[in-house]
Amino acid sequence: MFEEDRVSADRPAARDPLAAPAALSAPVTLPEALAGAEPVESVCTPIRMTYTYTPGRALSRYLRAMADKRILGERCGATGQVFVPPRGVSPLAGAATSEVVELADTGYVESFNITRVPIERRPDLKPPYCSAWIVLDGASVGFLGLVINIAPEEVRIGMRVRAVWKPDEELETSAGNILGWEPTGEPDEVITDYERIGRVEASDP
Amino acid sequence: MIDVAVVAFTQRQEDAISGESEVEFMVPLMEQAKASVGLTQSDMGFTCSGSSDFLAGQAFSFVMTIDGTGPVPPISESHVEQDGAWALYEAWVKIQCGGIDTAFVYSYGKSSPGSVRDVLATQMDPYYVCPLWPDSYAVEALAARLMLEGGHVSERRLAEIAARSRASAASNPHAVRTDPKSVAEILAEDYVIDPLRPSDLPAEADGGCAVVLAAGDRARDLCERPAWIRGMDHRGDAHTLGVRDLTSSASTRLAAHRAGAAADKIDLAELHGPFTTSEHLLIDALGLDEDSTAVNPSGGALAANTMMASGLIRIGEAASRIWRGDGDRAVAHATSGPCLQQNMVCVLEGD
Amino acid sequence: MAAERTAVIGVGQTKYAAARRDVSMAGLLREAAYRALEMAGKTWSDIDAVIIGKAPDFFEGVMMPEVYLAEALGAVGKPIMRVHTAGSVGGSTGCVAASMVQSRVHRCVLTIGWEKQSESNAMWALSLPQPFATSVNAGAGGYFSPIIRRYMMMTGAPELIGCMVAHKDRRQALLNPYAHLHQHDLTFEQVVDSPMLWDPIRYSETCPSSDGACAMVLVDEAGGDRHPGPVAWVHGTAMRSESNSYGGRNMVSPAASEQCADDVFAQAGIVDRRAEIDAVEMYVPFSWYEPMWLESLGFAATGEGWRMVESGATELDGGDLPVNCSGGVLSSNPIGASGMIRFAEAAMQVMGAAGEHQVDGARRAVGHAYGGGAQYFAMWVVGSDKP
Repeated sequence: MFEEDRVSADRPAARDPLAAPAALSAPVTLPEALAGAEPVESVCTPIRMTYTYTPGRALSRYLRAMADKRILGERCGATGQVFVPPRGVSPLAGAATSEVVELADTGYVESFNITRVPIERRPDLKPPYCSAWIVLDGASVGFLGLVINIAPEEVRIGMRVRAVWKPDEELETSAGNILGWEPTGEPDEVITDYERIGRVEASDP
Repeated sequence: MIDVAVVAFTQRQEDAISGESEVEFMVPLMEQAKASVGLTQSDMGFTCSGSSDFLAGQAFSFVMTIDGTGPVPPISESHVEQDGAWALYEAWVKIQCGGIDTAFVYSYGKSSPGSVRDVLATQMDPYYVCPLWPDSYAVEALAARLMLEGGHVSERRLAEIAARSRASAASNPHAVRTDPKSVAEILAEDYVIDPLRPSDLPAEADGGCAVVLAAGDRARDLCERPAWIRGMDHRGDAHTLGVRDLTSSASTRLAAHRAGAAADKIDLAELHGPFTTSEHLLIDALGLDEDSTAVNPSGGALAANTMMASGLIRIGEAASRIWRGDGDRAVAHATSGPCLQQNMVCVLEGD
Repeated sequence: MAAERTAVIGVGQTKYAAARRDVSMAGLLREAAYRALEMAGKTWSDIDAVIIGKAPDFFEGVMMPEVYLAEALGAVGKPIMRVHTAGSVGGSTGCVAASMVQSRVHRCVLTIGWEKQSESNAMWALSLPQPFATSVNAGAGGYFSPIIRRYMMMTGAPELIGCMVAHKDRRQALLNPYAHLHQHDLTFEQVVDSPMLWDPIRYSETCPSSDGACAMVLVDEAGGDRHPGPVAWVHGTAMRSESNSYGGRNMVSPAASEQCADDVFAQAGIVDRRAEIDAVEMYVPFSWYEPMWLESLGFAATGEGWRMVESGATELDGGDLPVNCSGGVLSSNPIGASGMIRFAEAAMQVMGAAGEHQVDGARRAVGHAYGGGAQYFAMWVVGSDKP
């Protein structure tokens, strides 16, 4: 019934921990009419539900700007931190963000992951590939993207990158307009505190 | 028991909030609730919320919304996959443990992105009932027919409940079904799902609400006339419709008994009856006399039914009437599951 | 008025497996519940309320399944609550269940955490398409591997520390009859040589996906005193949550994690955490989280967690702070139950009921769970003595 269902036998327990609880161990007797019927082990119930998503104000603005190859963040009025992608709220203040900020399409790799298994919804991504948190110039937090045009093994924390956009004729209101992030060749950002992510104070782009 | 009161309440309900994400429309509600009693998130001893992934069409949907509380520095927090009334219950229990004297509660839901009738079908027994895909209105219609044919209620009585809700909702800025209709007009409506007419159905809404709880002297400091929770209990019936008496609500009766609802006169009752049939059963189970108790002065869930928030909104509506002196003693009710399966009763009193 | 003293008197677990096709969802929960009731010497009629924890409903394709489970859990006429706080949910549910007794609202509650991922398609559940986000990461491993990389950079930990944790947990799982993975002949070299999935996380350093349920019976002080069998007294519970994205956030040791630990140890009156705690069940879905949490929870100084692992301090066999004697999340991972299993295994240790993976003489143990983007935390401390 179970895979690898072996239990070590050097110290026999007082009671077999895998034995069915007493209340569930009474045999089930089937009526004669069902004798020989094949037990049903599972039923398949397909569920299809259609939802119309609402990205909300902040993400709508962000996606529209993407069509013009612009990246919008939003600033927290209380702390000045800039969030991207924006969600319309600052977790630092528990308040709506106060200002829309246009960010550069350059930044640095905060940390990264080299995926060596294919993922179901992106058959176009051939492993190994590198996904990374990119901290844009002017942003306070990292933002997920692919690092491209470099061997994954050569990607470094602190490496400077710039966005690689889709050709103009293929642009849509989608985060997918950024195909990935490629090295700029500038000197690496100096990371001093590996525990902490992003920037406490936003810098000017 | 430690005395705990509802001291702040904000809400928003609209037929569809299409331009804003959940966290975007919740942030102002959260801020206003806290600000109305001069508190900030860091003053809250505990925070609890209620929402549903199936409604949002997204796993871990509540993770998006927690940022609205401002959880930096971290907060003592929990979440229930239930109506916000159960989040309030969890917070009330937490205060009963001692050591804290405030709590923040919120809940929200959007029905407009999907078909809530179909979404609720996935709540039924997954092996025997869900594969039949019974939408939630059809399930309630089964109960309605039993009630009508068994002589437990008349179509006129249901129409009277609907007409009363519409009339009350006219003065509720958060209600979405506010156009008045007479009993005769309602009885002239065509059935949608026989024997239910459009006016028998909940007015599905998008929205949310936020509540602040405070204990003892803290509540007195924050609120001129706190709405004290004098008793609160919730109970459930069996899920299988076939084993239940759908013509009465045993679990509401039990919860009301344990919450001490009948101990004194009830000035007003906010009942989470999504259908006229459910409201009728609740009035019966709570033993309410509509001549002496104002039933659903907000219009109730028939006037605006925001999934995951409607129960907590009933508590907030009842509390705000106590603050205003519209009554001294109120009963608020919340429900979950098909045909009033789970029911909570909360008794609120002013000093 | 102080909170009511609360005790665990029964623990029940199912066999964990990739797919428990032999039972329905209700059957799975009843298996755990009856084992807990049997150990507690209770029947359904003794139970005042049922507190259920589970991760996303999309994992089974049933909305708010506690509604359907009412009859199976003997809960008709009783209160049912349903907690959901992402991966930490099993721990949070334990905390909520304890609060039902500590508040004197109830005297005897049954709590169950569960997941039956085989009922639905977990990949579907976690990656419902959203038009406004791109998906470049495969699952939680892709999310957590950059954080692990930061930890490795920060501490200069040797590359194979994660493999040591994984090998330890898989070996300890052999002593736990309920564990999902029983890899009898797994060698350290095989762990090291297993394929990289989300570099630096190897296949053998990741948790499986399991079906399973874990239940506990909690009672008030009089109930604990009366109970003829072993008892685990609750010495403290804590939950903390924070945002997963703000500039300057400590991702390696989140503030919510540190504050949750500070709170629960203060409640339990524990000063020297490493010396005073006898066993830890912590939530380690990816091997490197053991050294990371050892530091975050204050068992090791910052940057020193990996040295505890390297020295063998966290092994059941000879370590001074055995971690995940049950095999941990790395060996069994029914998500909604995983946190409760940590809480329940901690209770079993101080009850002396952990069988072959018992830490000799354990008197105080910690259960720990986390979830979301390492932003939801739940912990408890249990002891064999009344607090």
